[in-house]
Amino acid sequence: MTNHLAGPVLVLLDHAPDGTLRAPVLELLTLGRRLGSVHGVWLGAEGPGGDVLAALGAYGVDVVDVLDLGGADARLTPVVADALADLSAALGAAALLLTSSFDNKEVAGRLGVRSGAGVVVDASDARVVDGRVVADKTVLAGTWTTSCAVRTPFAVVALKANSAQPEPVASPTQPAVVAHPVTLADDARQAVVVERQERTRSDRPALGEAQVVVVGGRGTDGDFSAVEELADVLGGAVGATRVATDEGWIGHDAQIGQTGVTIAPRLYIGAGVSGAVHHRGGMQASGVIVAVNSDPESPIFEIADLGIVGDLFTVLPQATQELRRIKAAQG
Amino acid sequence: MRIVVCVKHVPDIQSERSLQADGRMVRDGGDGTLNELDENAVEAALALVEEHGGEVVAVTVGPDDAVDAARRALQMGAEQAVHVLDDAIAGSDVFGTATVLAAVVRRLGDQESVDLVVTGMAGLDGLTSLLPSALATELGLPLLALAAEVRVEDGAVRVRRELDHATEVLEAPLPALVSVTDQANEPRYPNFKGIMAARKKPVDVLTLADLGIEPQSVGAAGARTEVLEAAARPPREDRVLVTDDGEAGLRLAAYLVENKLV
Repeated sequence: MTNHLAGPVLVLLDHAPDGTLRAPVLELLTLGRRLGSVHGVWLGAEGPGGDVLAALGAYGVDVVDVLDLGGADARLTPVVADALADLSAALGAAALLLTSSFDNKEVAGRLGVRSGAGVVVDASDARVVDGRVVADKTVLAGTWTTSCAVRTPFAVVALKANSAQPEPVASPTQPAVVAHPVTLADDARQAVVVERQERTRSDRPALGEAQVVVVGGRGTDGDFSAVEELADVLGGAVGATRVATDEGWIGHDAQIGQTGVTIAPRLYIGAGVSGAVHHRGGMQASGVIVAVNSDPESPIFEIADLGIVGDLFTVLPQATQELRRIKAAQG
Repeated sequence: MRIVVCVKHVPDIQSERSLQADGRMVRDGGDGTLNELDENAVEAALALVEEHGGEVVAVTVGPDDAVDAARRALQMGAEQAVHVLDDAIAGSDVFGTATVLAAVVRRLGDQESVDLVVTGMAGLDGLTSLLPSALATELGLPLLALAAEVRVEDGAVRVRRELDHATEVLEAPLPALVSVTDQANEPRYPNFKGIMAARKKPVDVLTLADLGIEPQSVGAAGARTEVLEAAARPPREDRVLVTDDGEAGLRLAAYLVENKLV
């Protein structure tokens, strides 16, 4: 079978400090099953909890590899990369899938050097063609799409959130749990984490993972209330442009763009966003793009499926109110 | 302190950028520029040298035009530059580029020790942000990536960085590799004096042979991925532009319902 990889497909099981899986991991597991036999990789000797194991079985994981880092700091990306390099060599892995977060891309860069893997980051799909892993990605601020084949026996692919629709398997597996001690070279621990502050989890979905993102730009003039209310009625996340974060209207972690968070939600709504090229680079892969801006010359209208020339402070609240009414009517 | 800054010449992101059939970037548009995010790297290096003494060496890899990126760094205040120019480098992936840059850093280190390597957070062409991590690994240096703030004190470097789920402070002894974000600083513009001084500064041009690198290990021949297809994304169809007549919010709500986005 040329469309299935012979070696195991590793999926890095990103999880929150409380041990719960990050949402995009289920997408990776769904994609991974199409490539071959899926091994979930859990960092930390304690292993996943019972709920997580059940979820992994529901998504067709064959084996969970639990890596005991011997007390090394799993928050350091070289530690993670070296542990994955060891494991992939030991198992003869054909591919590793991980979410395209900032820290996972650091992991991928080191892993590429350590294991000789070909690496594709910010991918939107992965499949096997003639025995090779092929990954799709959009480039040049979302204006081009490419398909890249990995030429090495071990492929590392970092996938953006919302790359696949998570689908459980028809009959759940009972994953075998295998512990692996990891011996790390000293140079993986040269840097140390002096301080770390987990971002406070709001009730809204995480920006990089949300299906719906409502974004405020310069046109909000610092008042994000209309943006937030629309996001909440849609169950979405709130994002911002570089201008809005630089002005201090909202935290830097909300910035969407080439140097901020890259998003590809089903629905993007930009309010008072002009659509500068930096911003477009971070959101142009979104499914449906809606823009509300009072300036009809805004470049974002060139890429919007629905463009509304109007004042966001009247258009957004009216939409929010109408959506609330519809939801209430639906009960 | 002796600081090496890696700089890249990229197509201006405000220009019309495109790919060739083999997926390589069209780089002969004549509107190339120093990668904007590398200006932050140069600025960070210059600020550290101004505080602690020493010099900044700019390194670039690429065809003839690439020297413009190094020139810009010299105009901003770097003391000298290295340009690795070799046809066999064309089509390198990030690992080929890291191999070449690592060889340059080692060569510079043989002359006089290198305390810090600084890069931008990403190249605005490929935008993979893999290079800092790959280069640090090649050099065996601690990696402190995505610094929004960099401090050097008592032989150690400390950075503050924002990740997807947390804010962190990382510390490592020198020598180390730091990548900086565009939050790290406001890059200076070269002034007239800087532009005139840059004309007299040395740019050392090196080939792969000078660096002892086998040509087939880098470039398209050594690349670990290959682009099978590259296509300009078709324009969005059925775009609708309306002007608010007092009911655009209702129209927006209806649009979301019709398209099953609620």
